[in-house]
Amino acid sequence: MACESWLARELEERGVSRREFLGFCTKMAAVLALPGTALGAIAEAMERTDKPTLVWLEFQDCAGNTESFLRASRPTVAEIILETLSINYHETIMAAAGHQAEQTLAKTVQEQAGRFIAVVEGSIPTGAGGVYCTIGGKSAIEIAREVCGKAMATVAVGTCACFGGIPAASPNPTGAVAVGDAVPGLSNLINLSACPANAENITALLVYYLTLKQWPPLDQYRRPLFAYGKLIHDNCERRAHFDAGQYVEAWGDEGHRHGYCLYKMGCKGPVTSQNCPAVQWNEGTNWPIGCGHPCLGCAEPNFWDRMTPFYRHLSGIPGFGVASDVDKAGLWGTVGVTAAFVAHGIAQTARRRSGPRPQDKTTEED
Amino acid sequence: MTRVVVDPVTRIEGHLRIEAQAEGGMVRDAWSSATMFRGIEIILKGRDPRDAWVFTQRICGVCTTVHAIASIRAVEHAIGAAPPPNARLLRNLIIGSQCVHDHVIHFYHLHALDWVDIVSALSADPAKTAALAQSISDWPLSSRAYFAGVRERLKGFVSRGQLGPFANAYWGHPAYRLPPEANLMAVAHYLEALDFQRRFIRIHAVLGGKNPHLQSFLVGGAATPIDPDSQNALNLGTIAQLSELVASARDFVTRVYIPDLLAIASFYKDWTGIGSGVGNYLAYGEYPEDDGPTPKLYIPPGVIRKRDLSRVEPMDQEKISEYVKHSWYDYDGGDDKGLHPFKGETHPNYTGPNPPYERLFTEAKYSWLKSPRYDSEPMEVGPLARMLVAYASGHQRVKQLVDRTLASLGVGPPALFSTLGRVAARGIETQLIAEKMQDWVDGLAENMARRDLRIHDHSKWEPASWPAECWGAGFHEAPRGALGHWVHIRGGAIVNYQCVVPSTWNAGPRDAAARRGPYEEALVGTPLAKPDQPLEILRTVHSFDPCIACGVHVLDLEGRELARVRVV
Repeated sequence: MACESWLARELEERGVSRREFLGFCTKMAAVLALPGTALGAIAEAMERTDKPTLVWLEFQDCAGNTESFLRASRPTVAEIILETLSINYHETIMAAAGHQAEQTLAKTVQEQAGRFIAVVEGSIPTGAGGVYCTIGGKSAIEIAREVCGKAMATVAVGTCACFGGIPAASPNPTGAVAVGDAVPGLSNLINLSACPANAENITALLVYYLTLKQWPPLDQYRRPLFAYGKLIHDNCERRAHFDAGQYVEAWGDEGHRHGYCLYKMGCKGPVTSQNCPAVQWNEGTNWPIGCGHPCLGCAEPNFWDRMTPFYRHLSGIPGFGVASDVDKAGLWGTVGVTAAFVAHGIAQTARRRSGPRPQDKTTEED
Repeated sequence: MTRVVVDPVTRIEGHLRIEAQAEGGMVRDAWSSATMFRGIEIILKGRDPRDAWVFTQRICGVCTTVHAIASIRAVEHAIGAAPPPNARLLRNLIIGSQCVHDHVIHFYHLHALDWVDIVSALSADPAKTAALAQSISDWPLSSRAYFAGVRERLKGFVSRGQLGPFANAYWGHPAYRLPPEANLMAVAHYLEALDFQRRFIRIHAVLGGKNPHLQSFLVGGAATPIDPDSQNALNLGTIAQLSELVASARDFVTRVYIPDLLAIASFYKDWTGIGSGVGNYLAYGEYPEDDGPTPKLYIPPGVIRKRDLSRVEPMDQEKISEYVKHSWYDYDGGDDKGLHPFKGETHPNYTGPNPPYERLFTEAKYSWLKSPRYDSEPMEVGPLARMLVAYASGHQRVKQLVDRTLASLGVGPPALFSTLGRVAARGIETQLIAEKMQDWVDGLAENMARRDLRIHDHSKWEPASWPAECWGAGFHEAPRGALGHWVHIRGGAIVNYQCVVPSTWNAGPRDAAARRGPYEEALVGTPLAKPDQPLEILRTVHSFDPCIACGVHVLDLEGRELARVRVV
């Protein structure tokens, strides 16, 4: 049975060994935070499944998510998965152009209505009748309604498609909105936020569906829990330095060179949910904090307005470093919980971590 | 006259539409239109200039470093920050690897399918393909068995009837001219290049945490600490890793990309006489070799007019202006005059047809791109402009590489002014930079040995240290050409911000004097065998490597001060 599947055939044709394939499944199990015993199930499901069709729409985008997608790790196997998804439409990579490209999209939407996956990159402008983004003479919003409305599921990749992103940053000159707001009531809308979305999470989402034949449980922003269920801060490799009150004070100082906590340099890890510390980027090579720069909070709604200025540190923190001295702690304000912490449901984490619950309080700078 | 519309132009970044008039098997006139607008410069107003690079970086995820670099240079120029030598070396490595990576992806994944017929590769003889490959390079993946394997994979792919991204293209078009063996070799390298780009760009993760949208830029320096005695900083292990990645790029470029380029070009030599364009070339120069406000640049700046390689003018940014006569913006003083970026203004005003539409009003305004001009002339920017300026300036290595390429194809320097010339110049530049990068890695190692670990100019980090009001311009050679950012800062906040971008130079519409932009001019005279399958239009447009999200920008001089800023 297994060796008859398309995947087994592809693997064989591409000279990918069984061992490499299982390695890929292990990685996927790790990204999805599944137990090791799930490995067999993933491998079996991946081998048996039919090839779904995927169309990738780009609106007010920078193609950053497309580029991220091209960097998926475990390249050989990932490439197969991606190719074998039959990507029927993707402006940045497809060979066809002009009306022949548009024909392909129309054909897919018509013939596979309710069976294809629509991936959307970029926000959708609603201002001035949709003239701020047209493709083939049609407005983005018209295309999104047509295509996403007929899709089995819509996956918004990147913060622009999920939440409006940078085009929607104040003062939002083009009336840019998220795909979920542009086309309300979509079935199976899944947001993979971040700027760009991590290729590992895009692949993991597809594997999740192909394996379990269901879409993953989501958080309040419709993001899969497997990738967005934890704060950066909770899994950060520099957390021990935070707890010990060891902070970078200036770029290139002793603490910076020794991997101290970037909180004082403006790190938004305490209010940002994503699995960067666990999965990392570019085949697990590194991640922004690992390279010495604070987290920008790019997976969160409206981060362009809520997380800026990027280099100003958060205005409160629940529980301070166990080894830090109290005088220093005074510098970063009273022990309170900011609006952000409450909004991000971190209060609970804080309670678990530091005992009695501090009084919820909304503070705002400026 | 036949009206030809290509929308979307695919295998580019962004949303580009080409309309053309064709008659007698040839394009007679053309209009280039960008159909997407975001307004990032409006969004920047009132923000912290130190944040600007993060915003402008999102102009483009393909050239994901270029607007960050131009932004930090503009802000540093304004506030007087002086990044230390390590920051210069780190930036050169980031810029150089972006250039190499981007050019390889462009050649194989965005442009090759205009010259390479995938379907024809199915009928290739693997033995002949191996003989061809071995005759042009000693790259080890060149056996008969290897190419037989690639062909079988391709056959399997086609026989299952799901061509995915290769479906419904212009396969079998008469303008495809490679023999099946060359097509098969190119397809094999298309796949190899996918692997190469993925592996090589880890250099950006090492230096910038991730790619796309690396996160280690800083006004005044770099956020990547350097310390040979720490495991949390760039150390000797990193030097070894960087050297290995740089060597892999040199290897791939010299043994795969360049031989492929020359082999494919040899079948399309008539394209050295097509797509010449405006014939003026502008380069800002790149890769500072020392520090300070006016460093020596490895690739020189300059201006060439009317294809005259005997004279390179110095570049003067005062001569840059932008027009909106055919762009969906209005100027307060009327649309007939150009404005310098520091004095620029932009009031978006869409006057095109309401979607869905069939035709743009090309006699009036028809694009979200403005029309930049230098001394009132349209200018082509990009690898060809850079290599021509360097060649005409007597740059030794560039001269060697250009002359060798011309000799290999049996053509003279005028062949460079063409569609194929752009493709060749891009390859030459890739080799130039791939060869150069190790010098910068070595420079970092030498600084480590001297215990010069500085990465940042702290003296200008706090806004209190800045002048109350200041202006700055930052210049950069992006893979697609000359990029400039202009910033005006008052009271620690951005008053005004403007980018003049390579694809604005190249893809912009006509100006107030009705002179075509470089894409438009280059398309005039392009042959068109089948107007309903305008493959030749794609060839010439793709030779510029369009990046349209980059090209569309706006600033609003009189815009309101934004109420800012909430920190969560």
